[in-house]
Amino acid sequence: MANTNGRFGIHGGQYIPETLMNAVIELEEAYYHYKNDPAFNAELTELFNEYAGRPSRLYYAEKMTRELGGAKIYLKREDLNHTGSHKINNVLGQALLAKKMGKTRLIAETGAGQHGVATATAAALMGMECVVFMGEEDTVRQALNVYRMRLLGAEVIPVKSGTATLKDAVSEAMREWTSRIADTHYCLGSVMGPHPFPTIVRDFQAVISKEIKEQLLVKEGKLPDAVIACVGGGSNSIGTFYHFIEDKDVRLIGCEAAGRGIDTFETAATVNTGRVGIFHGMKSYFCQDEYGQIAPVYSISAGLDYPGVGPEHAYLHDIGRAEYVPVTDDEAVCAFEYLSKTEGIIPAIESAHAIAHAMKIAPKMEQDKIIVITISGRGDKDCAAIARYRGEDIHE
Amino acid sequence: MSKIKSAFEDGKAFIAFVTCGDPDLETTATVIRAAVENGADLIELGIPFSDPTAEGPVIQGANVRALSGGVTTDKIFAFVKELRRDVKVPMVFMTYSNVVFSYGTERFLSACREIGIDGLILPDLPFEEKEEFLPVCHAYGVDLISLVAPTSKNRIAMIAREAEGFLYIVSSLGVTGTRSEIKTDLESIVEVVRQNTDLPCAIGFGISTPEQAKKMADISDGAIVGSAIIKLLEKYGKDAPKYVGEYVKSMKDALYTCRKVHENM
Repeated sequence: MANTNGRFGIHGGQYIPETLMNAVIELEEAYYHYKNDPAFNAELTELFNEYAGRPSRLYYAEKMTRELGGAKIYLKREDLNHTGSHKINNVLGQALLAKKMGKTRLIAETGAGQHGVATATAAALMGMECVVFMGEEDTVRQALNVYRMRLLGAEVIPVKSGTATLKDAVSEAMREWTSRIADTHYCLGSVMGPHPFPTIVRDFQAVISKEIKEQLLVKEGKLPDAVIACVGGGSNSIGTFYHFIEDKDVRLIGCEAAGRGIDTFETAATVNTGRVGIFHGMKSYFCQDEYGQIAPVYSISAGLDYPGVGPEHAYLHDIGRAEYVPVTDDEAVCAFEYLSKTEGIIPAIESAHAIAHAMKIAPKMEQDKIIVITISGRGDKDCAAIARYRGEDIHE
Repeated sequence: MSKIKSAFEDGKAFIAFVTCGDPDLETTATVIRAAVENGADLIELGIPFSDPTAEGPVIQGANVRALSGGVTTDKIFAFVKELRRDVKVPMVFMTYSNVVFSYGTERFLSACREIGIDGLILPDLPFEEKEEFLPVCHAYGVDLISLVAPTSKNRIAMIAREAEGFLYIVSSLGVTGTRSEIKTDLESIVEVVRQNTDLPCAIGFGISTPEQAKKMADISDGAIVGSAIIKLLEKYGKDAPKYVGEYVKSMKDALYTCRKVHENM
């Protein structure tokens, strides 16, 4: 039964309306069928390599290493993928799976717009219809990405309910899925939601750590001492962690968006400030009030602005295998500027949270230690917002 | 053990849904009394949730109004305790899993027993996850109501066999809200339900007119109405009880004209 393998410790599960149960069971069956199908995997690898530009580079950040004066720093360049982020890994996998299942329509939620753009891209490539739900507030903050999605042929629906941000876009996509299931696949963008999504999305993103491991063995002949990635729902971070989970000497560090600080209400650091709850189909950690009402969260990064975290992260936290650290807006903005000036790489503001933490710990580590930071996306989308944060009047 | 069954003993049941605290608890109390005086057989009390993913815009609006009015689970418990002094029909809570889980499942259900709540409906709790709450529901004598949907197909028998209280049959795909037409083949769903349980079953989602209610109750044991009542609250606010009373009467009148009650009852 689905129930037994949808759990990560106490977390995960399938807390969804009965209307969707057969849809997720059908998805699970299809996934386990194609997961080990050589033809499916060959097709996906072809898409990864020829369309998305994989494998992504593992770049030795020599100048940054020298300046920080401690551990050797490598950057996993997911920002160089087609569409500019790691989101394409999951989307190509799910779109291909949906197509094999006979679905003709993809729906998705998006926060900053990266997952929406990736889904619209895959839909265009595979000749599928695409509808993206995006919080109305985010459609204003990320107007250019709204245009991109429309350019790619997708319909973008602004979501006005609740706080009109990412969590409401997820809720609305779920509502849409309950009303139209037969021809529609919900292409969830992170390692969250009901089983089997956290597993499917993780498996498609696990290519990140698989490549890091191979690339670093060639370059250094050993495993890293720490891998670092930002955590919203947690897809690029679980992708970065996955193939190192059994390598107990490798520290797994997830960087949460602390917003204005974890001692304020303006934060999105779920593991650091939330408690266990049940929402959006899963049991995990959530930012919520004493009555279980989901809290409005805040981060400068629209991609990390989510009140929950994927169930596997909740589990890795519970068993102490991974560390989850808070990084504030200020620290992330400084890291955004630092990497741009130091290495000539403008990272997504989400990824800048991981860079900020690496900047804190690298100087304290020996020079023979190695850190890998996943740059989950490129920062072009964030330039105007960061400029405004610094008091410059720039709009897209 | 279930008091819920009594709601179905006098002909077809009319089940009314109200979100507690929309726009305030005083109005909720008067609306419930008006509904009961006009023939409502069972009351579904919604405990509002910040992100009600199974609801359409109308009930989402009620949740927003109730929460911004400051209602909480504790205030609702106190309110129901007071209401129970004169409202004798069975009452169930309708809310989301996190509201119960976060309050503490044991603490929540012990309060349910104390204030006289007979059942619990959690639209985000499918069959596979019911063990999360079921043992505690049983410990406190509260029925955990199961839902069956148009997509349930091979799952109907399994759900019906372990159901308690009554079976909530979801009429259509999608979220709650009034619909001009209900197209699902509900007769065949009810047939499978009947083969697997003696419990009564009622149909909800999308029902607003007396004609629809009669049609739905003709093939089942009752009709559940939420959004249509919430719309009256949305429109009339504190003056809504009078209109809700008239509306419930018109619905109940339509149900009196239904075919005879199912013989299993």
